[in-house]
Amino acid sequence: METDIAIRARDLSKKFGALRAVDNLNLTVNHRQVYGFLGPNGSGKSTSIRMLCGLLTPSAGEIEVLGLRIPEQAEELRRHIGYMTQQFSLFTDLTLRENLDFLAAVQNLPSAQARQRVEELLQEYGFAGRAEQMAATLSGGQKQRLALAGSVIHKPELLFLDEPTSAVDPESRRDFWEKLFELADAGTTILVSSHYMDEAERCHRLAILDHGRLVADGSPAALTGALEGRTLEVRAERPRHAKQVLLQVPGVISAAQIGNSLRVLCEETDDCAARIERAFGERQVRAEVRPTVPSLEDVFVAATSQAPEEPVGEGS
Amino acid sequence: MNWRRLWAVVIKELRQLRRDRITLGMIVGVPIVQLMLFGYAINLNPRHLPAAIADQAQTSGSRQLVMDLLATGVIEPVANARSPQQLMIMLRRGEISVGVVIPRDFERRRTQGEEAVQVLVDGSDTVVQNAAIQLAQMPLTYVPAQPRGAAGRGASVPLPQLPISVVAFYNPQRVSAINIVPGLIGIILTMTMVMFTAISIVRERERGNMELLIATPVSSAELMLGKVLPYGVIGLIQTSLVLLAGVLLFQVPIRGSLLDVYWSAILLILANLSLGLLISTRAQSQFQAMQMTFFVFVPSILLSGFMFPFEGMPKPAQWIAEFLPLTHFLRLIRGVMLRGADLSELWPDWLALVVFIVLMMTLAIARFRKRLD
Repeated sequence: METDIAIRARDLSKKFGALRAVDNLNLTVNHRQVYGFLGPNGSGKSTSIRMLCGLLTPSAGEIEVLGLRIPEQAEELRRHIGYMTQQFSLFTDLTLRENLDFLAAVQNLPSAQARQRVEELLQEYGFAGRAEQMAATLSGGQKQRLALAGSVIHKPELLFLDEPTSAVDPESRRDFWEKLFELADAGTTILVSSHYMDEAERCHRLAILDHGRLVADGSPAALTGALEGRTLEVRAERPRHAKQVLLQVPGVISAAQIGNSLRVLCEETDDCAARIERAFGERQVRAEVRPTVPSLEDVFVAATSQAPEEPVGEGS
Repeated sequence: MNWRRLWAVVIKELRQLRRDRITLGMIVGVPIVQLMLFGYAINLNPRHLPAAIADQAQTSGSRQLVMDLLATGVIEPVANARSPQQLMIMLRRGEISVGVVIPRDFERRRTQGEEAVQVLVDGSDTVVQNAAIQLAQMPLTYVPAQPRGAAGRGASVPLPQLPISVVAFYNPQRVSAINIVPGLIGIILTMTMVMFTAISIVRERERGNMELLIATPVSSAELMLGKVLPYGVIGLIQTSLVLLAGVLLFQVPIRGSLLDVYWSAILLILANLSLGLLISTRAQSQFQAMQMTFFVFVPSILLSGFMFPFEGMPKPAQWIAEFLPLTHFLRLIRGVMLRGADLSELWPDWLALVVFIVLMMTLAIARFRKRLD
């Protein structure tokens, strides 16, 4: 089992002045997994990824990536990983081919092999015939695809992707994820951060980060399964009024309006639905309450509402 | 040090440079424009100062004096005047920079050895003032020495002051360009080299390229050298450009060996590039890099001896100047180009440059971390 672990972080912390960007993070990522980092902006996703690939020095904690101690052996690790930054970081004033040529040389691929690999990537990533185009002229989705091609030029064992699809249209996002699964099938371990629920759902395993802390960790199915019975759907005539009433019911963590209905998340260990019905009866709110299947969004809300800054909810 | 990686960085840099028209324009434009400005427009030994002469004596002697004054080429009559009052009005209005008054009793004053001529100068410009002061000394020392017609008188006349003879070595015609062109190589290299390197690295940080680069196996030294080398070559091209134009347009002599000229240039280029690298490790934005560049550039122009004679500056200013690469380069390049000196004779200055390069480069590489924090 030991050899199957690609990334292991113990009590990892990073402080920027008074801010604790990452707070006692414990993490294990197995080989050949697509591991997702889910969290709102500023939850410490980028900082964690940067520490894991040795770009930031942790304030405390231990990191072992591909059997190497980080940050001490970061230089050695760089041969084996690919890293795609949040912001497009290839050179916009170089052509696609020039960008890939440069990265191949920097990764020290022998010339002949480099030429072949660049050609192969241009084909595979849908840039055939556009090799001489400037990177600046690419669309958002194309830029991300090029960046991905650049980060796998040396066929790394491990790929870090920092919000690769945050500024990309849905179709390009789907294409992008197709590529990720192709890479995973070929044996690459992928750590990808996102704040899209649909993307999180696709991961083999998921870590939810909030305010620098790991608040949930598991497979999407296990995470949603744990919320079984805690999610309700409320159909009301006046949803906004119903929501105000709902939020005053003890045990209700959140109520989000979706069209004419409300999606309600309750605390564990109490019969929330009955209490809601009672409250509606007292306040003469005409609504229908029924259980619904938990989604990752519910997991996210449940997990993040446990943060100390958020007084709502006292879930274990 | 991996040569393939180093070469990849150099090639990448050159490709980006080729597409960056503004920088490309600056590489060629800055030397040409500066050479033209300093060579033609900025002349510290002015000629053709607008002047008016009020000759109230109207004798053959006074007319001879006027002719001599005009022959110097320093002043050029632009208006006529009858009285000193008229001259003062023209001076105040800025119509003339120099007014010459030859009083009615010019001949009597001259034979008695009194001050015979008055020169009114626009003192608000010290350069003009200096020129006029020299002008005022000239006729009175020259005229009595002329044998023609005035010989008898000249011998018996006690001169009002000792004739001052100024012998100008190396630039006897007092042409500014000869002094300025070698220095200009230094000015141009200081301005462009520091700025280009500092900005080229800070720009990559701003655009996010740096985060990608430091996550790859490329080393700090490969990255730094790969950035510096293309600009070093550009520095040599600029040097050649100024030298060529200086020789062709201003007949600037190269009395020492051309190789020594280039050695001096290479030392200054390296000094400035390593300083640029050090700045780039500090600056957070391209704007900050520019500010820091000017923080070095302005004292370099003012204190290095390019604008004002080094020996004339107060001691503290001289101490500061010793830390500026341009100061040492100016001594080298003027020595080699104008005095025909050998580099080995000028060892303190090239040694100072070498020390500067080693120090800056070490600091820059030590400060540059392949980390984001």
